[in-house]
Amino acid sequence: MFVRGLKRKCFDGEEDIEGTLAGIKAIPSYNLQRQSLLDMSLVKLQLCHMLVEPNLCRSVLIANTVRQIQEEMTQDGTWQMINTQSTGQASLDRLVSTDILCRSSRDQTEGKHVPAYGTFNKDFESDQAQDSSETMSTASSVQAPRNLQNNVWEMENPQENKGNFQKSLDQIFETLENKSSNSVEDLFSEVDSSYYDLDTMLTGMMSNTKMGHCDSLETFSSPTNTASNSNCKSDLNDLDHIVEILVES
Amino acid sequence: FLGAGGGNDIQWCFSQVKGAVDDDVAEADIISTVEFNHSGELLATGDKGGRVVIFQQEQENKTQSHSRGEYNVYSTFQSHEPEFDYLKSLEIEEKINKIRWLPQKNAAQFLLSTNDKTIKLWKISERDKRPEGYNLKEEDGRYRDPTTVTTLRVPVFRPMDLMVEASPRRIFANAHTYHINSISINSDYETYLSADDLRINLWHLEITDRSFNIVDIKPANMEELTEVITAAEFHPNSCSTFVYSSSKGTIRLCDMRASALCDRHSKLFEEPEDPSNRSFFSEIISSISDVKFSHSGRYMMTRDYLSVKIWDLNMENRPVETYQVHEYLRSKLCSLYENDCIFDKFECCWNGSDRQVESLSLCTSDLSNIVMTGSYNNFFRMFDRNTKRDITLEASRENNKPRTVLKPRKVCASGKRKKDEISVDSLDFNKKILHTAWHPKENIIAVATTNNLYIFQDKMN
Repeated sequence: MFVRGLKRKCFDGEEDIEGTLAGIKAIPSYNLQRQSLLDMSLVKLQLCHMLVEPNLCRSVLIANTVRQIQEEMTQDGTWQMINTQSTGQASLDRLVSTDILCRSSRDQTEGKHVPAYGTFNKDFESDQAQDSSETMSTASSVQAPRNLQNNVWEMENPQENKGNFQKSLDQIFETLENKSSNSVEDLFSEVDSSYYDLDTMLTGMMSNTKMGHCDSLETFSSPTNTASNSNCKSDLNDLDHIVEILVES
Repeated sequence: FLGAGGGNDIQWCFSQVKGAVDDDVAEADIISTVEFNHSGELLATGDKGGRVVIFQQEQENKTQSHSRGEYNVYSTFQSHEPEFDYLKSLEIEEKINKIRWLPQKNAAQFLLSTNDKTIKLWKISERDKRPEGYNLKEEDGRYRDPTTVTTLRVPVFRPMDLMVEASPRRIFANAHTYHINSISINSDYETYLSADDLRINLWHLEITDRSFNIVDIKPANMEELTEVITAAEFHPNSCSTFVYSSSKGTIRLCDMRASALCDRHSKLFEEPEDPSNRSFFSEIISSISDVKFSHSGRYMMTRDYLSVKIWDLNMENRPVETYQVHEYLRSKLCSLYENDCIFDKFECCWNGSDRQVESLSLCTSDLSNIVMTGSYNNFFRMFDRNTKRDITLEASRENNKPRTVLKPRKVCASGKRKKDEISVDSLDFNKKILHTAWHPKENIIAVATTNNLYIFQDKMN
């Protein structure tokens, strides 16, 4: 379904969802898949910065994919912050986008809150107050989510969200030169191969196997709960490590 | 007549394999480019370690009339070394991105090799004689005491063991901010172009201290960057015409006579998107990884992630033919995006030109009627434009017997797997064939796996 790009089904659920678990489960997996693609793309762009010589073509294609998703999510109205506290999930077990990427100024002013599946960290609200910081949270097996600063995604004005998003992508390209000399290629190659292991879950989704879409994504996003996803867990630990290095540099 | 009895159908046989046998691939040994010279006598490979290895075809053995000459190592040299850009704190890889041969003008051979930043012109020459009988020097090079010289003689050339020397004759540097992906020699044999992600430069082979910028797609604000140049090539006959492809699946044909900076294309080739196949990956898989003119220059071939397309230069709005290389991967795009395989840059090539004179070419008198390109699992594919037949073959050491016809392979997309078929999920995506080359005159092909070079030829009766 994802690959086929059929019309979004999420629109139906938008009005009656108030953040209940049942409501969340009713959201079709297209949103989930799209979100996971967005997260994956952002990780790839981040990892680009760690390579000694990032491939510009690859970066541009990934950035275009991110833009595409963002545009679609903006049209959907799902490009929003949500409050995950209501779902009782204190810890984030997936990569999340920065505050800048996740809000459009229009929705900010309207004060809409459309819950989407476990996407955002409550700490974003506090971060919002800090004009000068951008955060990139990473999933972790540790309960408390971590908020990490990444100077490449530095935010200057929280109001100019779309512009900053562009600027962030811009900085990907312009700061390609300003790379830390930390060699994280080994880590990257580790993450890379473990990504390939996650593939089975996603391919399972793609080919409409018995595993329900939502279920599979839930297992994907709760590595601590699922024994069969030890690969997931180690990936996320690797991502932690990578982001730590980013912070230190 | 070349080929087996039935028309154009070629039966491919294993001929040779070059490279290490063990599965543990050293990074430096990864083959990054393969190219025959204009006569086909020489076959060059470049690798990630910056080395160029040239193989030479043996002269045909009269007693072994059922096979063509073997290719043996002729010359090996270090073309590029790793460099460090101190300004940007970036390492510049020594990996050879492309090799292009110049047509032979004298006894020596010349080729252009390039890494991400620097192009070099190499002269490869043979030395099989050396002067002997100097008056003032001994044979080992020590100088003789002049007082001991009582007679004079004229030094003469005596035969010696063949030595092949490679020397860099020109170094074309500092003209590319971004990574060079293509070089192409003009039909005037005096100039050539080099293309990076955002710019294309025109060089004269004799002049290294300056080049002309002929295409520049760098936006004023890098944040507006959404498209890069992926490949470029000169037209085989028209020395003022070239094409370049982009990451958005477009090809632009430019005429250098129109203006100094060819920012406005003469023609724009683009196929409208198929709405039924639209997905978030549509743009990525439309990115063109290679573009090659046909021998006559009337057609050009492009390779995107899933297909090969043949374009008629007179028709811009769609290709005249499309061949699916591995359509079964369309449902796996998300996984392939995840593991980065979706960014693999496959090349493509045409068959050699002279052989077609002898056979009926229904499609066109173009003489270019078979295309070849690589895939995963060490498979490679060929499409015959005339018969519309295609074949999948495998480059593997298991088919090691010379003159044994290669067995066609088949991938089972879904459902029941027949015997000898391989299912999509069993494909090894680490075994990719990105680089292939076809001998310019004969049915000999060179296929590069990760670190091995396979040579196949057609079965001669």
